[in-house]
Amino acid sequence: MSHTILFADIDEPGLATLDVYRRRGGYGDRLRKALQMPREALVEELKASGLRGRGGAGFSMGTKASFMPKGQIDKYLVCNADESEPGTFKDRELMQKCPHMLIEGMIIAAYAAGANRSFIYIRGEYVQQAVIIERAIEEAKAAGLIGERILGTDLDLDLWLHRGAGAYICGEETGLLDSLEGKRGNPRLKPPFPANQGLYQGPTLINNVETLATLPHIIEMGAQEYAKIGVQNSTGTKLISISGHVERPGNYEIELGMPSREIIYGLAGGPGEGRSVKLWFPGGSSSPVLTGDDLDIPYDFDSMAKAGTMLGSGAIIVADDTTSVVDVALKTAQFYKHESCGKCTPCREGTNWTVKMLERVKSGEATPMDLDIMAGVCENIIGHCLCVLGDAMAMPVGSMIAKFRPEFEEYIEQARAANPWGSSEPPSEALAAQGAFA
Amino acid sequence: MAVGVDGDSADEQAPITARRPGEGVRRWSHGSRVPGWDDAADLTKDPAGVPDPATTPVPADLRAEIEDYMSRYPDHRSAAIPALRAAQERYGWCSPEAIEQVAAVMRLTPGYLSAVAGFYDMLETQPVGRRSVYVCTNISCSLRGADELYARMEEELGAEENVNLRHFECLGACDIAPMVSVDGIYVGPVEPDEVAELAEQIRTDAAPLPAKQLINRKSVDPGSAPR
Repeated sequence: MSHTILFADIDEPGLATLDVYRRRGGYGDRLRKALQMPREALVEELKASGLRGRGGAGFSMGTKASFMPKGQIDKYLVCNADESEPGTFKDRELMQKCPHMLIEGMIIAAYAAGANRSFIYIRGEYVQQAVIIERAIEEAKAAGLIGERILGTDLDLDLWLHRGAGAYICGEETGLLDSLEGKRGNPRLKPPFPANQGLYQGPTLINNVETLATLPHIIEMGAQEYAKIGVQNSTGTKLISISGHVERPGNYEIELGMPSREIIYGLAGGPGEGRSVKLWFPGGSSSPVLTGDDLDIPYDFDSMAKAGTMLGSGAIIVADDTTSVVDVALKTAQFYKHESCGKCTPCREGTNWTVKMLERVKSGEATPMDLDIMAGVCENIIGHCLCVLGDAMAMPVGSMIAKFRPEFEEYIEQARAANPWGSSEPPSEALAAQGAFA
Repeated sequence: MAVGVDGDSADEQAPITARRPGEGVRRWSHGSRVPGWDDAADLTKDPAGVPDPATTPVPADLRAEIEDYMSRYPDHRSAAIPALRAAQERYGWCSPEAIEQVAAVMRLTPGYLSAVAGFYDMLETQPVGRRSVYVCTNISCSLRGADELYARMEEELGAEENVNLRHFECLGACDIAPMVSVDGIYVGPVEPDEVAELAEQIRTDAAPLPAKQLINRKSVDPGSAPR
């Protein structure tokens, strides 16, 4: 809490306008400083800050920028604002309250990447946020911050907002690129990675909103100073979205490495009176779940990886002890079934069959063998598709079955006792009276 | 062309071909022995080409809007989603006429645009009500009672012709769970006793739950307070 960078005074009236943002130091010395650095030095600075991508994969932002080829070709910068990971809503608040921070970050990133065309791909559901960003871009264009020879330097940058139309898969970087090209949002085979062949087959740098919005602050503080915040390999602050069974759900800016218990109980107030944490997703619905025993794990990239899960997009979903794990598993699986683009068979069929098996668990038609089959299905999805959407279902559902297997088995027994005929028609009373089913 | 998937409609549609005379293999009217999907392609029809601009009238303002979108991208095909949205806003859904008009302006085939429209949740390929009311029923919201909320909303608005009520995947507002998006205006948390009020506001085109709109919500992070 001692470090508030992105959310500092975020509710200041009029922060979404250029005037107030400028008064707070926006588009000022720090932007000039960034644009006057040699390009290689800027990339080195970003690398030195240790900033890791905030969208989910956690890849070093500076390293990604350094992959961009040199030379006079059309290069692109794309901001991934298709925030659709269940439980994640940090970019929404940032874009809505301080859109210019994102635009300033995009100018810096475009310079680092050598890009002169850029797009913000925002999810279609964010209607009000799109209007705010659109207005901010217009203001920036009118002030000469977007366009030709920005701040008197050689940097030319074009920026447009592109609204999606409701597809989770368009948050996957190559799916996003296909969607931005006006196609169905099917992910592409990687490699080639977007840095080599991305949008319109040109080199493309794609970053999350929060990652880009952090760049002006890194330049202002200096990479060395920024890297002092947080812990090793997880530097800086992170916006986290907490939701589910907590008293104060919302977005919080934390220093990476903070104990999870302090986030869930200290900041968000924990589950209600007399309740305890049963399970929690540490990084959006795609991350394997943790239980109430795992609350002392520090919240940073490496500690989460060591615990067998991931920090992901920084979205914590908490479920208390009144929740049935079967319901959570079914909701999770249904989501990925609905959002699977259908390009790869393991994902399309695997998510579908996992939902069917979980529905059998609910209706009392499952046997414990179904749990083994589900685990097998999950195993056969992971690593066998073009993108990680299937993995993103297999990992949490697999972890729930592994960690709560006795509860699943008990649920199956109880559901069968309560509903012996499952979804099929109960036999006629006459036949039953004859003892036909005894 | 809709082909039913249940046995009943098989009787209504006469088989059009047989494998050998006298020994009929029943076929559906689209030529297959399996019923296929509801919107199966009509295999007997020639694929439609790019519509002739001379014979496809497009309203001037819609054309101008689509051309504006096309000018923003190095490849004009990128404007497919914004253009389809513009047409949907005008006609209520991506009707065959709407797609024909977009295709004429963008110089694409209607088939290509139908494929795009079919992929995205917010582009409607069937006629729907004008008002989009999405109830998030994903994990965070359902932990806080979204399934009950959706059931209540359906009771209130299910029969409303003007309203396109849908349960939706995560809308990115888990901090106000359970929540509803009314034409893009996020409101929440919606308590059970507020459903009737919200439904009435949707019916009468009034601002939905003004006190609970997300846009006015302050940050909960104590660190964000002015120093």
